Amino acid sequence: MTTSPFDADRPPKPPRDGRRRRRRAGRRGDPNATVPDAEFRSYYGRPIVKQAPWGHEIAYYLFLGGLAAGSGLVGAGAHLTGRPTLRRNARLGALASVGLGGVALIADLGRPERALNMMRTAKLTSPMSVGSWILAGFGTFAGAAAVLEVARPLLRDGVLGRVARVADPLASAGSAFFAPPLAAYTAVLLSDTATPLWHESHRELPFLFVSSGLGAGCGLSLVTTAASETAPVRALAAVAAASELVADHLLERRLGEEGQPLRQGHAHRYHAAARLLTAGGGVGALLSGRSRALGALAGAMLVAGSFCTRMAVFEAGQASASDPIYTVRPQRRRADAKAAAGQGATQPGGEWPTGRAREQAP
Amino acid sequence: MGFWRNQLSGPTDPIADANWTQGESRKGFFTDTSICIGCKACEVACKEWNRVPARTDADGPAWQGSSYDNSGHLGANTWRHVAFIEQGPDQLARAKASGAVLLGMPKRTAEPTRLAEPVEAPAEPVGLPAVRWLMSSDVCKHCTHAGCLDVCPTGALFRSEYGTVVVQADVCNGCGYCVAACPFGVIERREKGVVEIGDGTQQPVPNGGVAQKCTLCYDRLRDGQTPACAQTCPTTSISFGDHSDMVAKARARLATLHEQGHTEARLYGANPDDGVGGTGSVFLLMDEPEAYGLPPDPVVTTRDLPRMFTLAGMAGTAMIGVALGVFAAFGRPS
Ligand code: SF4
Ligand code: SF4
Ligand code: SF4
Repeated sequence: MTTSPFDADRPPKPPRDGRRRRRRAGRRGDPNATVPDAEFRSYYGRPIVKQAPWGHEIAYYLFLGGLAAGSGLVGAGAHLTGRPTLRRNARLGALASVGLGGVALIADLGRPERALNMMRTAKLTSPMSVGSWILAGFGTFAGAAAVLEVARPLLRDGVLGRVARVADPLASAGSAFFAPPLAAYTAVLLSDTATPLWHESHRELPFLFVSSGLGAGCGLSLVTTAASETAPVRALAAVAAASELVADHLLERRLGEEGQPLRQGHAHRYHAAARLLTAGGGVGALLSGRSRALGALAGAMLVAGSFCTRMAVFEAGQASASDPIYTVRPQRRRADAKAAAGQGATQPGGEWPTGRAREQAP
Repeated sequence: MGFWRNQLSGPTDPIADANWTQGESRKGFFTDTSICIGCKACEVACKEWNRVPARTDADGPAWQGSSYDNSGHLGANTWRHVAFIEQGPDQLARAKASGAVLLGMPKRTAEPTRLAEPVEAPAEPVGLPAVRWLMSSDVCKHCTHAGCLDVCPTGALFRSEYGTVVVQADVCNGCGYCVAACPFGVIERREKGVVEIGDGTQQPVPNGGVAQKCTLCYDRLRDGQTPACAQTCPTTSISFGDHSDMVAKARARLATLHEQGHTEARLYGANPDDGVGGTGSVFLLMDEPEAYGLPPDPVVTTRDLPRMFTLAGMAGTAMIGVALGVFAAFGRPS
């Protein structure tokens, strides 16, 4: 539309950053809402919640922690069923990945020299505090297991040999005990934030992350170990890949419109790659049979798929925090219902409790 | 589950919950944005008193280029932030309509909950000013249920005897979890670096690499003083005092404004039944919260924590069960 004779001389407008502003028309709210329908509004398109100040190190840690947990379980299973090479490789893999993961975590701190402050308290309301203790527990047992493997030739007989025979199953049991919490807590860690996409994923994310960790652990073992010992690992890899794909599908369905950040930008590329690699790796593991090369290829795909899953979730969450629409839109939808129940943040409200509400409650 | 419920969400007294026994009363702000003139004296006073460094390049462009507000948003180096918004009459008409229905009955009173009849926004806003300026001085909400405090793994964040939420900069290790957990986007990790002082010399940023936010001038409170921002505000837009007085003042002001026909006025954070159990810093806004960059329905993320841990427990149990089960099914290699 031309409104002035000078319009013809105007340089063409740069393409608008449509991501930020006014993406949508019409609100899918309650048709009987008492407040007139309003389009999405924000303060100059600026974010409301803040992105976690986390670099990619944290995404690497999500991956490495899962890989360590999966490897720990494979090592324990191998120990249980007498597969010595698989046990050794899985144990070494678990220690290497948990070690690298720990380094990534510390490197991301604003004050790395104060990393041990994590251990000055144990706090149930903080998944990071709980996770630090899980990580410490897993690291201890994974470290012991790896030392036992490396030093095995020295530990045949004598006192040391007897100690090793007691310590060996303990190391496996401890790794197996701490592996599931290690794989699952990172999901709670992400969900227990105000980052819209992470918080809204809190039902499916633990299942996605344990499957992804188990798949990665199996994948690494398929790469490192000959096919003669990996029959259970191949079956387990297929199960893990299948459940990862199911959890991922359910997650996307739950998020609906608010899952948009998973479908654009870096997150989208990682997400698409994760699905392909996980599906391919799972099928490959199942079909590879006695072929070492096929098994290793499938294993590598599973490891890469797990990495891409973590990157996708990480990137999508950060993107959802940086665009106010993902904060405002769902909250605005809730706000009217909340106001009708007297729970609106903008309502004057009733009496404030003083003293111990807990004790006054019947 | 009673323990979790009272600790994680719902109306409660945070001082009692934190086991303080000094008998201090909860302190808070009432920020009445209807009389703020946007002078930003509060921003400056806060920086001066708390030695908050000037904005650095890491905070984004020095000139926002969008309004008279160049500090942008609360953050590590902006503990008070004055928002500036310019609106036309249609937006005022809409704000009048949406504000008029919010005087709903509080939940925990005997009368049934009822909202006022819906008010139609006049099609052609008549008699409204051609332009209005909204100015609002934002600050940490010192939430009843503070997400930042709940998730802090080191215990660097603590609940003070005044019911406020304060960071111990010498304990914080900069993990950044609180930054992601605050539903209002208040707390932020101050990045390390240098600040240039007036004479051109450079100094390291104080408390670089740790989380920073308003302390409600903890040091001043302990000496019986008023926080710097409230002390300096020339219009009494920021008042400070016992939290119960602040809430009462806010409700009285809301009633006055609505009586005068300013139905666009509404409170923010005064309702102990909201998603964060109400806030220590109470506001009176002249439009919907999102217009000021505030979340319309903030909920403390730890409200859902019990469910998250339960689901994670189920997932973990399934993981170990399936893994060891598959190995057991295959048995020893032949
Ligand atoms: S507003 Fe944010 S930073 Fe302030 S107490 Fe609440 S959760 Fe913490
Ligand atoms: S109370 Fe103190 S620290 Fe908080 S905003 Fe006001 S002046 Fe700044
Ligand atoms: S709150 Fe007071 S000091 Fe701050 S900008 Fe408004 S009038 Fe000025």
